[in-house]
Amino acid sequence: MLALDVRNLSKQYPNFQLRNVSFQLEQGYIMGFIGANGAGKTTTIKSIMNMIHTEGGEVHILGKNMAEHEIELKQEIGCAFGGIEFYTRSRIRTLTDAIKKFYTHWDDAVYRSYLSRFKLDETKKIAELSTGMKVKYSLALALSHGAKLLILDEPTSGLDPVARDDLLDLFQELVAGGEISILFSTHITSDLEKCADFITFIADGQIVKSAEKEEFKESYRLLNGDESQLSEVKDRMISYKVNSFGFTGLIRARDFDPSSSIKAATPSLEEIMIYFAKKEPAYV
Amino acid sequence: MNVSISSTSEKPIYQQLFEQISAQILKGELGSGYVLPPIRQAAQELRVSIITVKKAWEELERCGLINTVTGKGCFVAEFSPGEMLHLRNEMVLKQMERDISYYKSFGLTLEEVMELLKKIY
Repeated sequence: MLALDVRNLSKQYPNFQLRNVSFQLEQGYIMGFIGANGAGKTTTIKSIMNMIHTEGGEVHILGKNMAEHEIELKQEIGCAFGGIEFYTRSRIRTLTDAIKKFYTHWDDAVYRSYLSRFKLDETKKIAELSTGMKVKYSLALALSHGAKLLILDEPTSGLDPVARDDLLDLFQELVAGGEISILFSTHITSDLEKCADFITFIADGQIVKSAEKEEFKESYRLLNGDESQLSEVKDRMISYKVNSFGFTGLIRARDFDPSSSIKAATPSLEEIMIYFAKKEPAYV
Repeated sequence: MNVSISSTSEKPIYQQLFEQISAQILKGELGSGYVLPPIRQAAQELRVSIITVKKAWEELERCGLINTVTGKGCFVAEFSPGEMLHLRNEMVLKQMERDISYYKSFGLTLEEVMELLKKIY
């Protein structure tokens, strides 16, 4: 079954548009949602959650249409946004008591276990929490009502390496049962190299590619050669840079002849993102 | 079962898993009937994606090294010493092919390669 099925989402802003965004996430897997700042990650996530009005497209969650079953489906979704601001003067305990009333399957024991795992003190006021602590608190809220689909926007941002590692561990723990699925956006690609099963890459409001991680990386080649070899591939490259040692650049695997003498390697997710970003002139 | 994964290696992780486990099976360290951990559990413990483990297990099955029994798990297959030798040689040859093409790219002759191999073996 598909945990999440996004079809042709479109959204028009004065200076930005989301164009026909489509991708699918199978139940029980982790999908990393990557893209540069301003590529449309958060807009896509907000569209999925029906938090902004879209001009076109459909979202199906766990087999049901989000537009028709929004309230029911939101019980099944755990959602957390990076940089979210809670009402700062309240204590954690007070806020949680208000929020948990919305969820029919709220589980206090689970919530307590996350508080202790994340070392959160219930009596602290939101204003007293560090950025990382706020992220952890919003995750504790997202994980405590038995959600089957977790949609997390930049959950690892603001966390130190130890906390990030612990969080990725937790993600793998959650999907191990095969019932829970996770979509999380990030630009820290090292978080995904290990634990993500699928990668969806968005650039400039359009999905560049959504595929299984290894297949995703292998559909590109990172080339390395001297300047005389550049002319051979120049017009088919996504982007490249030239220096006194030669050139390096990214090309689609299908545009590259493997018998060529140019040195080719499988790029990392980060390299793919970087070379795509170079494709278009920088914003001025 | 011993597995160590390098995330900096050029080799895809499923390939590393496959190579290390197949070597242990063919050396007889993992005897026939040995139960491999379930895919999702292995992924969690190894800190790799589920699909990575799935691919490695599938590759092992395709090579006839393990059998999957639905609902029970993956078991190391049973083979005669002859079959084991055959499978082992097949894998070693595959690796040798890759190595030889590397030596050839330096223009080395077979004699020169043998000479160098003897030095470090």
